[in-house]
Amino acid sequence: MIRGTALFKVFGEPAPQALQMAQAGASRQEVLAATGCTVGVSDVSFEVERGELFVVMGLSGSGKSTLVRLINRLIPPTTGIMEIEGRDIAAMSQPELRTLRNRKLAMVFQHFALFPHRTVLENAAYGLRVRNEPAARASERAEWALAEVGLRDRGSAYPDELSGGMKQRVGLARALATDADVLLMDEPFSALDPLIRREVQDLLLKLQAELHKTIVFITHDLNEAMRLGDRILLMKDGRVVQQGTGPEILSAPADDYVSKFVADVDRTRVLTAENVMSEPRLVATLEERPEDLLRRLGQHEANAAYVLNGQRRIIGVAVDEQLAAAAQRGESSLSPGSFIDDYLTTTPGQPLIGLCSLVGRHAVPLAVVDDGGRMVGVVPRATLLAALAGSAQGESAESEMAHA
Amino acid sequence: MPRIYVGNGISTAINWLLAHLSGLFDAIATVTSHLVNWVGGAFSLPVWAMIVIFAIWAFLASGPGLAVFTVLAFLLIDSMRLWTQTMQTLGVVVVAALIATLIGVPLGVWAARRPLVGTITRPVLDFMQTLPVFVYLIPAVFFFGIGAVPGVVATMIFAIPPAVRLTELGIRQVDRETVEAAEAFGSTPSQILRQVQLPLALPSIMAGINQVIMLALSMVVVAGLVGAAGLGSTVVRSVTQLDVAGGFEGGIAVVILAIYLDRLTAALAAPRRRAPTRLRPETAPPVSDSPQSATLAMAAVASQPAAEPTASK
Repeated sequence: MIRGTALFKVFGEPAPQALQMAQAGASRQEVLAATGCTVGVSDVSFEVERGELFVVMGLSGSGKSTLVRLINRLIPPTTGIMEIEGRDIAAMSQPELRTLRNRKLAMVFQHFALFPHRTVLENAAYGLRVRNEPAARASERAEWALAEVGLRDRGSAYPDELSGGMKQRVGLARALATDADVLLMDEPFSALDPLIRREVQDLLLKLQAELHKTIVFITHDLNEAMRLGDRILLMKDGRVVQQGTGPEILSAPADDYVSKFVADVDRTRVLTAENVMSEPRLVATLEERPEDLLRRLGQHEANAAYVLNGQRRIIGVAVDEQLAAAAQRGESSLSPGSFIDDYLTTTPGQPLIGLCSLVGRHAVPLAVVDDGGRMVGVVPRATLLAALAGSAQGESAESEMAHA
Repeated sequence: MPRIYVGNGISTAINWLLAHLSGLFDAIATVTSHLVNWVGGAFSLPVWAMIVIFAIWAFLASGPGLAVFTVLAFLLIDSMRLWTQTMQTLGVVVVAALIATLIGVPLGVWAARRPLVGTITRPVLDFMQTLPVFVYLIPAVFFFGIGAVPGVVATMIFAIPPAVRLTELGIRQVDRETVEAAEAFGSTPSQILRQVQLPLALPSIMAGINQVIMLALSMVVVAGLVGAAGLGSTVVRSVTQLDVAGGFEGGIAVVILAIYLDRLTAALAAPRRRAPTRLRPETAPPVSDSPQSATLAMAAVASQPAAEPTASK
């Protein structure tokens, strides 16, 4: 849907020399010292799939706002190719580019950028009026967009009569009204206070579930990035530091810079059971002899084990006392009647915060089962604690996730 | 240090212009004098009718306070037997301010969009504004003879700078992200100018027009020296005859005119909010050419997108 290839943006003169340095891999500081040019974006390549919520994350000055403006060519790249649906936008004439911006790429701004002299409804209808749609149809469409963002009744208000959160809803409505496939959102929620931010994030997720836009979302807040993003591109000093899903970045930071970043992230909300679970070290089948299982329990210093059937569904938990009794009776296989059901299960998508109250309450670890009821892994208490701490002891579990 | 004959150079240049471009100056003179006569004609309605019109404008722009002041003040002018001169002066001010606005506002827009233009115009404007006003009158008389026309031209040159400066400033001050938003939604440069930059710069532009009118009014008295009819010549005659009473009466009439025009345009400059409407159809910018509303027409010229009457459906 959107593809950027080897994008560079150099601000200032002499651009060619600075570009050469940047292409040769010089850092932003080196280029600035040598040429006086600022490298906004340096060798960035990325691809956004249709329907994806793609987050570009970085601190201020990392080039992320420049990057989003390269997509709709508000800033032309110094070199590199920017393609929208396979069309190179550098090859477009000005009228074609305007049509593209108007119909395909809607934008939402950090400080809302509403037109203060127009009503909320006129603001929402702006994109449609630019393309000369009749007033009645534009109004109708704008009213729909306002209803989508929960501002149905505020159409006749002026922007300065609204709170920050409401203003950004208008900004969002203005973008939705044009029916563009792509939303470019430049730090849209950064200027809002935390509670309101949470609210509009939820609104965005709700709208996205309903409308399936392709969204490029800029933020400096990694928690926001993790919360919203299907995939995240991390930038520093104009360069890409890491690209991947939230859990990927959390569990396998590309370098120290990313590690420092993710240290602040609330891991309990980003990582899920799937990311930390491991293969159960000890499971039994009905055919196993009680004394064999008892011996294996001893080897693992455990006192209970899951018993699975052929489809890996949990039949129950065999406990050492019952096994000892069965062994004394000389039974040759496990009998379901002696199992207990002292165990808990969860789903792979459950965030860690939801697991805290479940682990460590039974002799067997928390079981992770898929939709079909099959066991896909377990979360021992120690693993969960290690993952929460993000410490080296969680290494084994985390290397698991990296493959996931 | 050898003597550098700067003045001679300018004088030579002006002689050259006179010799080679006299046709152009004649054309300007003809157009300007027509304009002055035309506007003067509009102001030559009976006294009571003019006072009613002025009061209505005052009421619409500001409120009952200014309307009452307007009625009393203009009645005083009439009772001082300076009505005709006041209307002549008003005509010259309106024409000069109109031309200054028509030149200054587009120039300001251009300067705001092209940094180079801004860099070039700035020192020129400084020169125009600080050169003693009498100096303009000399070449103006050479080019246009005696009468209202050199007065209008000198007044206009003196009054252009604030229109350019405040238009440029107003457009530059429009929030960058707002302009970017218009661009991001596919607006053309002219749409951005008409729908975003000019409306948002309007308070600043109107403040510029207010300054233009005030400067024009201060200059128009000086223009009395070159025979422009009106309060200027009243004052100049009083000065030469040491007529204290006549001088002050003429001066008070100028002050009344100044207060009226200032309050009127200042009220227009204050940002006001349109009544909430549904979407307006985009129409071509109307050219307001009613002589009755010459002052308001100036406002409309500068503010087409925002100040045009809202045609609600």
